[in-house]
Amino acid sequence: MKRLESVNDFVIKFANVNGTGSASANNLFAKALFRMGLPVSPKNIFPSNIQGLPTWYEVRVSEKGYLGRRGGVDISLSVNPQSMAQDIREVEPGGYFIYDDTKPLDLRLQRRDITFIGLPLTRICNENYRDPRQRQLFKNVIYVGALAALLDMDFRVLTELVADQFKGKEKLILPNIQALELGHQYARENHECPLGIRVQSADQVGDKILLDGNTALGLGAIYGGATVAAWYPITPSTSVVDAFEKYARRVRIDPGTGRRNYAIVQAEDELAAIGMVIGASWNGARAFTATSGPGLSLMSEFLGLAYFAEIPTVLFDVQRAGPSTGMPTRTQQSDVLSAAYASHGDTKQVLLFPSTPRECFDFGALSFDLAERLQTPIILMTDLDLGMNDNMSEPLEWDDERRYDRGKVLGAKELENMERFGRYLDVDGDAICYRTYPGAHPDKGAFFTRGSSRDEYAVYTEKGEEYEKNMLRLLQKWDTIKEYVPGPEIISCGKPTDAAVLYFGTSEESSREAVDNLAREGIDLDAMRVRAFPFNQEVEDFIDAHERVFVIEQNRDAQLRTLLMAEFEFGPDKLKSVLCFDGTPISARNIRKQILEHLPGNNVTPLHRKVRAGAAGDIA
Amino acid sequence: MSYQIPKFRHPELPVNELGYTRAAYEGAISTLCAGCGHDSISGAIVRACHELSIEPHKIAKLSGIGCSSKTPTYFLGNSHGFNSVHGRMPSVVTGAAMANRELLYLGVSGDGDTASIGMGQFAHVIRRNLNMVYIVMNNGCYGLTKGQDSATADEGSASKKGDANPFSAIDLCGAALQLGATFVARSFSGDKEQLIPLIKAAMSHRGFALIDVISPCVTFNNTPASTKSYEFVREHAEATGTVDFVPMRKEITTRYTAGAAHEVTMHDGSVLHLYKDADKLDPFDRRSAMLALMDHQNDGTVLTGLIYLDKDSRDLHEVLETTQRPLNQLDETDLCPGNRMLMNINASLR
Repeated sequence: MKRLESVNDFVIKFANVNGTGSASANNLFAKALFRMGLPVSPKNIFPSNIQGLPTWYEVRVSEKGYLGRRGGVDISLSVNPQSMAQDIREVEPGGYFIYDDTKPLDLRLQRRDITFIGLPLTRICNENYRDPRQRQLFKNVIYVGALAALLDMDFRVLTELVADQFKGKEKLILPNIQALELGHQYARENHECPLGIRVQSADQVGDKILLDGNTALGLGAIYGGATVAAWYPITPSTSVVDAFEKYARRVRIDPGTGRRNYAIVQAEDELAAIGMVIGASWNGARAFTATSGPGLSLMSEFLGLAYFAEIPTVLFDVQRAGPSTGMPTRTQQSDVLSAAYASHGDTKQVLLFPSTPRECFDFGALSFDLAERLQTPIILMTDLDLGMNDNMSEPLEWDDERRYDRGKVLGAKELENMERFGRYLDVDGDAICYRTYPGAHPDKGAFFTRGSSRDEYAVYTEKGEEYEKNMLRLLQKWDTIKEYVPGPEIISCGKPTDAAVLYFGTSEESSREAVDNLAREGIDLDAMRVRAFPFNQEVEDFIDAHERVFVIEQNRDAQLRTLLMAEFEFGPDKLKSVLCFDGTPISARNIRKQILEHLPGNNVTPLHRKVRAGAAGDIA
Repeated sequence: MSYQIPKFRHPELPVNELGYTRAAYEGAISTLCAGCGHDSISGAIVRACHELSIEPHKIAKLSGIGCSSKTPTYFLGNSHGFNSVHGRMPSVVTGAAMANRELLYLGVSGDGDTASIGMGQFAHVIRRNLNMVYIVMNNGCYGLTKGQDSATADEGSASKKGDANPFSAIDLCGAALQLGATFVARSFSGDKEQLIPLIKAAMSHRGFALIDVISPCVTFNNTPASTKSYEFVREHAEATGTVDFVPMRKEITTRYTAGAAHEVTMHDGSVLHLYKDADKLDPFDRRSAMLALMDHQNDGTVLTGLIYLDKDSRDLHEVLETTQRPLNQLDETDLCPGNRMLMNINASLR
């Protein structure tokens, strides 16, 4: 057997039982590598369950800086007998399977092409700890200690990290370090260390940070000046408002009075949550809600009202696999169409697609400027993968000179000098009209907000021509919007090519890696990351300039491709789909394979007829 | 029927303390059916606001969908208005009230908008004790869609179609009491003497104030077999007592009959005088209020007037400890912690 060998380049997957405290130990492992200067990308793969079911934690280590899912597992560390058979099956030939050998392994699970490494975790725990809860918790820390020996990690980095993590709870530092040492010592004494796969300190992370997208969004809302948050708990979006609250308690308390410069209302449902956001925004406060697919469906009626009545609205959609009783803890990019055309009647909604925590922060704060400038809902589309996992990211930055763009609002002074205020009158020719807040002026500027049965002065009418005129102005405003939303990021391969990839959000990292790998095989592809809807001119020009564009996305129905075909004249012959919808983040290997299948000369069975191995079905 | 409100006004129309005539509180001409109870309620709102000397632009009027929810067009033309989504007015008011605590929020809804599609939001806005006045124009039917029974239609009551309603009615006042409402009143659109002081009292209450106003639908539900007809309500209404409302500034100049049973000072300093009838109701006791409601229900009579008032009400802003300054007036200096703070956060994430 040829064992896998590599330095600073591998995928390790931990198999744990839900609710056993494994997450913090696994996190310790990933963060230690990060502190050793190695790009890491940890992903929590967990069931929608409180306790007892299998849960996985996959860490990609890549000195080259590839942060997407690669596909395949080089090292599997299993402390869950429930999923052991599957975990062993998943290991790449030549890889390693590390397991608790307190009880001998079922011989039927043996594979000749991988290396089995036993750690008697249960026995070590039973010998060293008497409290059952401690036995369970320290078991996780012990295997991290063992991994440190097996992978040749810098042990000092681990102990420093433990000291940092338990700052303020000093009593816990020593026992955790002892547990690390127990594992480290056992591995060193009983196994050949390091394995063929190992790590060494590098300098590849610079000033980057490790942060989850939801926290970055919560911070974006703080910096963007949100004062009202209304929400209904739903996985995987809940931690957005949790983060907003955490930081608001720190930085939004009025120093003079001790009172709060924010209001968080936990609504009775998503319908109420978006209603509150619309009410607060109508009244001049910056407000937002966070939800996921099922919540977006419920909010859809109100989103239509906000579109027609032109009320700034900020909504963060952390996407997950559908439907409501679906896979709430699995990732997808499958709300694209329902968000883009959310509501009844002719509606088009502005979408933003961040791909990193830094962009979650930037776009999160930007959403409020855009919503007020453009007077329309802004739906920021992130997903579980970005939202709930620690992602390596550029550090967060704020320009202290920056001022909020509160858009076109008339105050008492401006109203005083006005002949007649027209709420829906296009004065500037950009199809964005002036609004007033309630209470602005004693007898000027008041208007009655309703959906569409009104004229430019907000006076009730059901005349067809007024309705049509208004709808055409909204379409003109759609063009104005294209100038304000973030444009695409284009990466040329530097060689003449007629093929390209197009992706958005969390497909970025894997797509970049696949493009690099294909380039090494002689297939040159330009790349474009779309960052917003409506698509602006650059998006059209880029697609125009290529014969074939592979649209990479994490849903079944090629939703972004549909959007491209609906908004432009491009047909299915030009736009080819690369899809992943098994609930796990799309991997670089998967993308490469699908692109190869599309290329001329690779005329294989169409994708949808194939049985896809390793789909989420047998994980859950 | 006229299609325009004449601009001409009597030159000596009474002005309130702010110098406004009642015209400053009126709206566009109503397009509801002639004789609709809702128009009387609109009139009562206009008079209450005028007599209370509230600046018209300091009121925000919001509604859901239905005949009732059209009425905000017909009063307070100088106030911002919002005709929102069916049954969802409470959430829009909640957001608006969070954004600016200094305005007076008047929510107008109907029995369909409140007791059916909006029941959830009605229940939760009560729980939160949002500082608002919530007026239900309750006619027991869906007027806009030609008179279907609503959830407040009494069992056995029949509208124009003639079929007796087979389902039990939701009593909004009873539900509100159970949900913890801090101001609960019921009135009748045909009784302005009672309705106007109740609206004033509700506007002075800090917290959620419900006025369930029975407002007959002349087109679909004013039949002899209906319990929401003018005739039925006139014959079966039993008032809790007489209510007189004295705005703070006027108290010295107004004379009151000696021996008022109750005198309540509202949070803004106004005084509410309750002239109680020999009735078992103690409007400051929730249990007594619920019992009185049930007793009248058993007798087949309609209890009107102030049913319950919690003098120690704490509204949502107090519970959330929000700053006294309206949130919509805070700017970057109040809200944005700056880059240095972000650098500290970055450092903790390495």
